[in-house]
Amino acid sequence: MFQGYLLTLAIWVPIAFGIAVLAIGNDRAPAAARWTALAGSVAGFLVCLPLWSGFQPTADMQFTELGRWIPRFNVSYHLGVDGISMPLILLNSLMTVLVVIAHWEVVTDKVAQYLAAFLIMSGLINGTFAALDAILFYVFFEAMLIPMFLIIGVWGGPNRVYAAVKFFLYTLLGSLLMLASFIYLYYQTNGSFEILDFHRLALPMGPQVLIFLAMFMSFAVKVPMWPVHTWLPDAHVEAPTGGSVVLAAITLKIGGYGFLRFNLPIAPDASHLLAGFMIALSLIAIVYIGLVALVQGDMKKLIAYSSIAHMGFVTLGFFIFTADGMLGGIVQMISHGFISAALFLCVGVLYDRIHSRQIADYGGVANTMPVFAAFFVFFAMANSGLPGTSGFIGEFLVILGTMKVSFWYTFLAATTLITGASYTLWMVKRVVYGEVGSPKVAALKDVGARELTFLAILAAAVLALGLYPKPLADVANPTLHQLLRHVEQKKTD
Amino acid sequence: MTTATFTYATIAPALPEIVLLALAALLLVADLYLKDPERRATFGLTQASLGVTAIVTALQVGLPSQVTLHGMYVSDMLGQVLKVATLLTVMATLGMSRTYLRLRGLLTGEFLTLALFGTLGMMVMISAHHFLTLYLGLELMALSQYAMVALERDSGRATEAAMKYFVLGALASGLLLYGFSMIYGATGSLDLARVAFSLEHGTSRELLGVFGLVFVVSGIAFKLGAAPFHMWIPDVYHGAATPTTLYIGAAPKLAAFAFVIRLLANGLQGMTSDWQQMLVALAVASLLVGNVIAIAQANLKRMLAYSTISHMGFLLLGIIAGDDTGYGASLFYAIAYALMTLVSFGMILLLSRAGFEAENIDDFRGLNQKSKWYAFMMLVTMFSLAGIPPTVGFFAKLAVLQAVLDAGYTWLVVFAVLLSVVGAFYYLRIVRLMYMEAPQGEITVDPAPGPRWILSAAGVATLVLGILPAPLFNLCVRAISASM
Repeated sequence: MFQGYLLTLAIWVPIAFGIAVLAIGNDRAPAAARWTALAGSVAGFLVCLPLWSGFQPTADMQFTELGRWIPRFNVSYHLGVDGISMPLILLNSLMTVLVVIAHWEVVTDKVAQYLAAFLIMSGLINGTFAALDAILFYVFFEAMLIPMFLIIGVWGGPNRVYAAVKFFLYTLLGSLLMLASFIYLYYQTNGSFEILDFHRLALPMGPQVLIFLAMFMSFAVKVPMWPVHTWLPDAHVEAPTGGSVVLAAITLKIGGYGFLRFNLPIAPDASHLLAGFMIALSLIAIVYIGLVALVQGDMKKLIAYSSIAHMGFVTLGFFIFTADGMLGGIVQMISHGFISAALFLCVGVLYDRIHSRQIADYGGVANTMPVFAAFFVFFAMANSGLPGTSGFIGEFLVILGTMKVSFWYTFLAATTLITGASYTLWMVKRVVYGEVGSPKVAALKDVGARELTFLAILAAAVLALGLYPKPLADVANPTLHQLLRHVEQKKTD
Repeated sequence: MTTATFTYATIAPALPEIVLLALAALLLVADLYLKDPERRATFGLTQASLGVTAIVTALQVGLPSQVTLHGMYVSDMLGQVLKVATLLTVMATLGMSRTYLRLRGLLTGEFLTLALFGTLGMMVMISAHHFLTLYLGLELMALSQYAMVALERDSGRATEAAMKYFVLGALASGLLLYGFSMIYGATGSLDLARVAFSLEHGTSRELLGVFGLVFVVSGIAFKLGAAPFHMWIPDVYHGAATPTTLYIGAAPKLAAFAFVIRLLANGLQGMTSDWQQMLVALAVASLLVGNVIAIAQANLKRMLAYSTISHMGFLLLGIIAGDDTGYGASLFYAIAYALMTLVSFGMILLLSRAGFEAENIDDFRGLNQKSKWYAFMMLVTMFSLAGIPPTVGFFAKLAVLQAVLDAGYTWLVVFAVLLSVVGAFYYLRIVRLMYMEAPQGEITVDPAPGPRWILSAAGVATLVLGILPAPLFNLCVRAISASM
């Protein structure tokens, strides 16, 4: 009965619950807010499930909704998903549930505002993925900054304010330039803000390059690509665990999604022209940032740098213009969503007990927390691309794709198999194995049922995607093939 | 020219002004006989006068445009929309100021009647169809404001502000009048329609006209507070009592918008290409000066003053576009700006108490711990001023940028966009202090329900109009196209 409004529900159910949480929130008795938030996140996830089950494996936009919003500027409330955006919406809704579970005993300060920020952001992110109108997209894209700014700045670590402001201003600069290019496209299409009309629009090379660069500014900051990545280690380290999870698992994906939805189809010729540039940046991220990750003493910072390196695979996969590379990029996005979320949650589990993120403060955790150690090692393996886990599929497909283009790309990208394994496993070795490092570690208690829940869900997801990625590939492939055909056609008159 | 005929039909279009004048005059007398030190009756009657005038104005909406009183006065939809917005803004201003004024002994009959006469001046400006009517309205508004600033006699800061305001304001008036006289010399008339006709048919002396235009635009820039004629704004905003600052900062921007539209778009549209260039320079300077200097301010009133300068730059951008789309965008911007000003200055009023002015940025530190709701209202407004969706400020900026890009000024759009990021920095600072820092001193929120409700309504409107801006857009566009 709600078939026609599934996307609207996916956006507004979490937001409505978020407002409800704010309304009933009481700092002294946070239980009501917590249960409402859990109900809201689960409801938000449930309304997204029919998107998966009812999805037709074609390249068309599905579950579309069209309503008038600002007729004066031809801006409409136009929603729809294809094989790229639908999995991301599901990922986001699932992560929101995990974030709510993860906060339970951990966050005690301004609980209602914390949960409401996550729920509202979840709805806004779904809106970003589902919007088919450029202004609608922009509104969701920017509005998302507000809760994220507060999450980092209010509940983050010691240097949180600096990180929050840096995050906000970096992102804002990029997105305002994108807005300018939207307005330009509006006039070129004779008054339409429809993203699909932008796709069809023929443009000369000059404007294409400018549009590409404006949007690049916006999405490269989000991904983040080297050299505009510097906000991410700050923001990740200072954000509370839930914030890091959502940042790594979801908001980075908006950058990747943006390249697929905007840069490639709107400016395909400029994309080809600048592909070398994009590939170079991606390879720098993979190689150089991988090395930077190796020397981090802070676990969260290490995972943050590892995220940048892994997202380098995503952009590399997109800009080599092969079917394998594209699919690899998508799989890598989803997989990285699971793995980075899991790793941040693992660090959160440790941080909640000892209040340190420094690798040096740990050692021999396996002795006191065997169950936790098993999960941590598993996710670390997945992060370094162990076959059988989702991390392998994405990287393998991208490397396979690059082989068709250039041996040297493949060579450089494949170094990640060494560096990635080095930094992740070295961290695990120092944290989990060895002698018990300190009395604090000796007093550690293993994970409880609540923590087991989210770790198990993520482990199952990582394994499922690693062993049987076909359902995801079936969903994404028609869209990706159509996108590739579209990008091969010249748009320059 | 026919002989003067004072039939009802000729004066009916000016009914709102007549009603307000009559009520204000009555109030002036009535106040002499009221002994209540808290001025309850005077206050109520002031608000009632504004309310009645707003209703009378609203009833005129939908009547065809009409020029009357020998071409001195026009009644059109643009005027009606702006007048209703102005009256509501003034009502909200006074409503939010009540506690503050009472605690400082400023809640006097003089203050309230001056506010009414100032409002009358704004209405006259909005409905002027003649250079002299424009000037009369402007002076009536400005003189009331000078007096309102000076009313706080014991404050050295207020007196200094009043002096600066008066001297610079008089200079600006002189410039305007000089410009008017040259335009009269060039075209032989001061009636907006005739000036426009003369310019269009080439019967004017072009060089003299352009010379006059320079003075007129300078005068406008002074009154709007656009750089480089902005020097009075920070001092007056800072020095005046906060209710007066709010009074000067909110409603007169609507009147100033009307002033610019009537003068440049209606009267001097034949010189569009000349004034466009001047406005480009003013807008660029305002955006730059306002946004950059605001960063260094520790006083919230001064920061908002510089922010006003940058917003006036944005307002001018829409006018630069020089078409109905641009004017409509600017009108939307002016109304949105008045709304945001109500909340931002209203918050200062709400957090002030006897003997304490919450005018430093640090006074907002940790507000979220004291009052979640008002911290949220301020958050919405700050993001709206910065132009972040989903707030009305975003759509105001979007509409203006769209019009400017359509007019072909791509570089101007990029410039405005880059300075918006600079602007976001200092608005963000307020949000940061409210949410991410611990309170420094005691924070109190005015317990009176009036100011609380009005501020909440304005804050919620900022958000709601950001989610559903279409009705206000349509209204603005209809008002502009009905009046061009």
